[in-house]
Amino acid sequence: MKHGMKFQDEFRDRGLVQNMAANIRTMAQRLTSPVNFMEVCGTHTMSIYQYGIRTLLPENVRLVSGPGCPVCVTPIGYIDRALACTTDRDNIVATFGDMLRVPGSGSSLMEKRAGGADIRIVYSPLDAVALAKNNPDRRVVFLGVGFETTAPTIAASILEAIRLGLKNYCVLAAHKTMPAPMEILTADPELNLKGYLCPAHVSTIIGAAAYRPLAEVHHIPCVVTGFEPADVMQGIEMLLAQNLRGESRVEIQYSRAVSWDGNPKALAILHRLFEPCDAVWRGLGVLPGSGLAIREEYADFDAERALTLDVPEAAENPACRCGEVLKGKLTPFDCPLFASHCTPETPAGACMVSSEGTCSAAYKYGR
Amino acid sequence: MCLGVPMKIVSRDGDTVVAEVDGVQREASIMLLNEEVAVGDYIIVHAGFAISRLDEEYAEETLSLMREVFSEEDMA
Ligand code: SF4
Repeated sequence: MKHGMKFQDEFRDRGLVQNMAANIRTMAQRLTSPVNFMEVCGTHTMSIYQYGIRTLLPENVRLVSGPGCPVCVTPIGYIDRALACTTDRDNIVATFGDMLRVPGSGSSLMEKRAGGADIRIVYSPLDAVALAKNNPDRRVVFLGVGFETTAPTIAASILEAIRLGLKNYCVLAAHKTMPAPMEILTADPELNLKGYLCPAHVSTIIGAAAYRPLAEVHHIPCVVTGFEPADVMQGIEMLLAQNLRGESRVEIQYSRAVSWDGNPKALAILHRLFEPCDAVWRGLGVLPGSGLAIREEYADFDAERALTLDVPEAAENPACRCGEVLKGKLTPFDCPLFASHCTPETPAGACMVSSEGTCSAAYKYGR
Repeated sequence: MCLGVPMKIVSRDGDTVVAEVDGVQREASIMLLNEEVAVGDYIIVHAGFAISRLDEEYAEETLSLMREVFSEEDMA
């Protein structure tokens, strides 16, 4: 494979990764009991499965996937509200592609589209603003999901709509913010977590300092880690070293992209448009202050306020184990539907839909 | 969807750059970036926006540290 960046290949160097694995095995011999490390970033989940990183680790160093895939943690009630937006034929629903197949209570956006609803896949929220500009007599509803990586891009799209004087652009917002679920999971005795591989891209925005309360109050080692195989291995090694020394600190492995303070400009735009709110996470329930709602002064761009959405109580597929998979309590292989009734073509749950979902990664790369 | 792609800037026009990876070119807004970037710099692009500059020097440094700590001889 040819790469745009000369060091990208080097972070994938098999020899280097093998040496790191040998070092991790040596270190792990000094552990008195097994350790569980959790990754909370869809890109890490993909990388760990793709490069078979679990197979390189000794038995007493275990990796568990957490709630790091933004599409997966979006609750079914939100999907139902998105589906309700498609009923009014004046609306164009614009979305990132991986929301399309996520099952709602009754159907999916994909099925609505086959039934004639106007649903467009966009690559950037700015593309959705362009749609609104080019369709002045329709309303564009953008499905705003994602963590702090994505929220500033959506905030920027609303500012762009204001700049263009558009009145026909709005966002159905369900953004979530990161350290919140990590605090909940740290306290779970069943998971017995001994370290976090903290998300790569979310941390470019919020900065590594955001994890300090986790490390200092909840006493869990945190390493902000890149997603190339050598990055992930080094992240694991740094977490192991902290465990062996009996420390809990925040460290940055991914220093080529992440600083302590993050990206203040992106954060300023995010906070200008959004304010914290309670949010429902699939599998975790309501977490106080873990979501982002559009501020009152931008109410015209808030689909929740601009549209009247009448949505009945959500109904989850009772057989789907997504909630437990997102909490790291079950692996996809523990789900009775995995690879039989649930595949990427006919997903029963959100974790099989997004390429960052644990079930999708497990399906694609096995292991 | 949370994917961020490391890309190299090939041209810039105000707040918009064209960036490239594996021969694929894409427009990206740099209005969320906190620092100046120029043609030849590396950025992480997410949903049409550059969210961070990638520091090549830090990357080299990380790699050489890794190599030093995890050299073949040590592992033997
Ligand atoms: S395999 Fe499918 S049904 Fe089972 S937990 Fe994963 S997404 Fe849900």
